[in-house]
Amino acid sequence: MKAIRKKRLTTVLLLLLTSGLGTILIIKALDSNLDFFFTPSEIFAEDLPENKRIKVGGMVLEDSVVRDGTNIIFQITDYEESIEVEFNGIVPDLFKEGSGVVVLGYLFEGSIKAEKVLAKHDENYMPPSLDIEK
Amino acid sequence: MIKKFIHQFASPKTYLFQVDRAYPYIFYTSLSIYLVALFWGLFLTSEDFVQGNSYRIIYLHVPASFISQSLYLAMAFASAIFLIWKVKLSAYLVRSIAPIGAITTFIALVSGAIWGIPTWGTWWAWDARIISTLILFIMYLGLISLHDSFTDNEKADKFLAILVIVGSVNIPIIKMSVEWWSTLHQTASITVTEKPAIDPSMLYPLFGSIIGFTGIVVCLVILSSKLQILKREKNKSWVKDYV
Repeated sequence: MKAIRKKRLTTVLLLLLTSGLGTILIIKALDSNLDFFFTPSEIFAEDLPENKRIKVGGMVLEDSVVRDGTNIIFQITDYEESIEVEFNGIVPDLFKEGSGVVVLGYLFEGSIKAEKVLAKHDENYMPPSLDIEK
Repeated sequence: MIKKFIHQFASPKTYLFQVDRAYPYIFYTSLSIYLVALFWGLFLTSEDFVQGNSYRIIYLHVPASFISQSLYLAMAFASAIFLIWKVKLSAYLVRSIAPIGAITTFIALVSGAIWGIPTWGTWWAWDARIISTLILFIMYLGLISLHDSFTDNEKADKFLAILVIVGSVNIPIIKMSVEWWSTLHQTASITVTEKPAIDPSMLYPLFGSIIGFTGIVVCLVILSSKLQILKREKNKSWVKDYV
């Protein structure tokens, strides 16, 4: 390789290195602000103010869903802490006990008043017949 | 031998004649692969145990997302070659890949939004995976407008190549976003290290759709690069003969 090309190669690598380092610093500075939601443990640990809109994510605790018309009360859990959610509205089809969920709402007297409930699904795909066999 | 071959292929003229010859084969093969995979995925495989039929948009969403990121890596690679060896063809390729990358990223975003409505219950969320993909889309548009804002093409090529390399840091961020942060988007189903989390009956058509879609996109890149070459080399005598 000729000297001039070696020099250019070094420039390209330096360019990549500096932009990479810069990005890492930005990401480090933003830290958990890039998280889409809090887990129940984080809510209890951080002592968040009431009436501030937040997103909470976790699993719908088994046997915790109570429905009354369009009102629905359930517990979100990360298997360490759980928090109660109250919601009035339509939940997505994928919402069910034991599956992932993200709620948008605010803290009020120790529970979450949800404005919106989103369902999370995992990376597993299979036909229903195989699920029964398992 | 190899050196001679690379040198020859690096000439826009040889490139153009070679891709012209290969184009119909690539196009019809990949189109049939994609159509077969699509038919297989839409009509022959079972529905998903959680998502029902709505998961079937995976046969568009995954190929489009995969290609949108791969095209950027291809651009970064071509940019490095251009900056180091000053191969003109690389610069033409960088500029011609950008609009195709923008289109595929757009398809990935829209198909993801459509998929999100029945499964997540929303078509948009400020989630790390979705934002980083949106940034990729904006970057493609920005790169195109940067190049086109110069009157001096040589200068434009150089600035474009530098910016493409700087922007390539976004690709690992898109890839790792679902691992590093808590996101609404699920983690990857197909990884190099682990067994796929997709049942084989759904996985085979998915691979077919990725291969077919890639081929179709390669054809789009060929067409786009032909346009660039003819535009940029329009004063050469062979171009006049060709047109």
